[in-house]
Amino acid sequence: MTDTRLMTINMGPQHPATHGVLRLVLELDGEVVVKATPHLGYLHRGVEKLSESLTYNQSLTMTDRLDYTNALSNNLAYCLAVERLMDLDIPKRAQYLRVLFAELQRIAAHLLWIATHALDLGAMTLLFYAFRDREKIMDIIEEVSGARLTPSFIRVGGLASEMPPAFYKKVRDFIEDCPGRIEEYETLLTKNIIWCMRTKGISPISAASAVNYGVTGPVLRASGVNYDVRKAFPYSSYNEFDFEIPLGTKGDVYDRYLVRLEEMRQSLRIVKQALEGLPEGPIKCDSPLVSPPDKKDVGQDIAALIRHFKISSEGFTPPPGEAYASVESPKGELGFYLISDGTNKPYRMRIRPPSFINLAALPEMIEGQMVADVVAAIGSIDIVLGEIDR
Amino acid sequence: MLDPCHYIIEKYPDIDQSSALAGMQQLTLRNDLAHEVLGELFHNPELGYDMLTDLFGVDRGLTESHRFEVVYLLTSLRYNRRLSVRLTLKEGETPATVSDIWQAANWLEREAYDMFGLVFSDHPDLRRILLEDDFTGHPLRKDYPTEGYDFDRPFIVKLEEDHPAEQVTK
Amino acid sequence: MGVEEKVLATNLQDAINWARKNSIWPVTFGLACCALEMIVASSASYDIARFGAEVFRPSPRQADLMIVAGTVTKKMAPMVRRIYEQMPEPKWVIAYGACASTGGIFQTYNVVQGVDQIIPVDVYVPGCPPRPEALLAGLIKLQELIANEPMSKRKLVTLSAGKEVQSA
Repeated sequence: MTDTRLMTINMGPQHPATHGVLRLVLELDGEVVVKATPHLGYLHRGVEKLSESLTYNQSLTMTDRLDYTNALSNNLAYCLAVERLMDLDIPKRAQYLRVLFAELQRIAAHLLWIATHALDLGAMTLLFYAFRDREKIMDIIEEVSGARLTPSFIRVGGLASEMPPAFYKKVRDFIEDCPGRIEEYETLLTKNIIWCMRTKGISPISAASAVNYGVTGPVLRASGVNYDVRKAFPYSSYNEFDFEIPLGTKGDVYDRYLVRLEEMRQSLRIVKQALEGLPEGPIKCDSPLVSPPDKKDVGQDIAALIRHFKISSEGFTPPPGEAYASVESPKGELGFYLISDGTNKPYRMRIRPPSFINLAALPEMIEGQMVADVVAAIGSIDIVLGEIDR
Repeated sequence: MLDPCHYIIEKYPDIDQSSALAGMQQLTLRNDLAHEVLGELFHNPELGYDMLTDLFGVDRGLTESHRFEVVYLLTSLRYNRRLSVRLTLKEGETPATVSDIWQAANWLEREAYDMFGLVFSDHPDLRRILLEDDFTGHPLRKDYPTEGYDFDRPFIVKLEEDHPAEQVTK
Repeated sequence: MGVEEKVLATNLQDAINWARKNSIWPVTFGLACCALEMIVASSASYDIARFGAEVFRPSPRQADLMIVAGTVTKKMAPMVRRIYEQMPEPKWVIAYGACASTGGIFQTYNVVQGVDQIIPVDVYVPGCPPRPEALLAGLIKLQELIANEPMSKRKLVTLSAGKEVQSA
């Protein structure tokens, strides 16, 4: 009998397939992973601590940089929490536009995911195709907000500004263009024999186990659990939209891929409905404490100038209390738990990071699998380290 | 389907139900009952809180008698509802781990330990998760400065294989 | 030393610098948000290949340029420096984004306030995050630096125990 012993290898934090700075310590028996220990914190920036010394409006800019692939969803979740704290009513038009942006950002995040995930598994063509389409969404976001990745466009009380005229056409063009593109990705991957062999039956997680680990988002739905915050606890008028929640059955990498692909199609449906049913009206709530006055008033009216100055320097003060609000981000349930002590800075801002909690299930998924499939498993969870480490 | 607050208060009369949380029910517990009540919320099929959405610490300030809190956000997929459970702790009290109930608690409790220094008893693997193992202090405590103690000093990297200075000059 | 040798030496220097500046291979090293814009710079719309820098190497041992794209935390800093040390000479560094340049908005306990505290930086690219064009501009700036670099002036940067970096 030969003497066998386990081999320990280190993967990351500088590794092209860990999507950032995740570090895994793998114990291998031959090519089989016996034990996987993730090490986090290589991007821990102290956002939760920092926001305690920033006003509510300043903290908003921190949220962009958490999950930088979908900044607008993060903005939305944070604003919903502050608005719940302050009990604000948001105009219908702003709500619809928020939905539109959140869904556009979801498509962009999924495009980024499919590009990097396919690249990890050896299909490089997808990278260039998906980035071409992602650029169109970046263009739209840049058109309205001026920034590509970190727009901070959804503000407490509504949106930062009214849409520019070119916005509508750009979104309409994108909706017409995108379904064909998704078909194109499908022809490249869905029946591709290499893709199927590398994803089918790889790193499955059962529904019961996923729920117990607190996994949310496409990873949970690929295991067949129908939980989507947009349907379960609707926010921002999601109950007025008609869309379906795609579900998987096996919970493997392939099902996660199919679920995300279908989610992109459903997101397009939502964007279309939001654009067609976009109501007229203001894009900010009428609370003078939160919404800054119009720019033209600031130049003419001393009261408006003072109001503008107060909001931008001091910020606003929510009443003492606590609020939790969550959205369905592309990664899963993204929540903000805010504690206010009646000052203009949050007493405590807790971010419920979906990637962090999904990643906790990674050892469960990959133990007993081949070491080459670890990359597939990490890619299929779709982690973003900015959000995991905060 | 039971009303969780109603049921728990009837069973354990000294639990506080007053809630500062907007739009969600909240129970406030003392440390001795916490594990039992949380287990009840999970195991009782009429309550059915099968998912631990979040777990985090709060520092209420140095002057409070119960300085720390642990907040559990529970979600019931079966009944589509949420509940927040708040556990108040004196400084030095050790809450019991709930990672035997929800696996999700494993990493979340490690984070609470990392950030607040809350020691969860019977936790299978209580190590720092985000910061280095030799980090001093717990940054999310209110007495920890935002920028850290050594913020204004230049950062010096320590590598294991660093040679002594005289070797390099040869 | 004869005149011919001098002429040859200058020409060789130019030739080497020309070759170096047009084939800068960056190491794949994304830390945070800025990494996304770095990837976009290599995609079809911005096409970093026009400047000969599209070959992102997964291993630092095959790379000339380190684009520090994102926040450098204190936990990550030893790895950043080790990767830098693993790169063969000559090597250059672009600090891409506000965080890598100065720490950016993250003035906190765990963020290194600028990657120049641990490794020498050649070009700083500001922005949060900078646009992909800004990376291209930074790259062109670096190419100018390399083109005008006298070979005699290029000192070998050997880091040891952080001593040189501290005194710099």
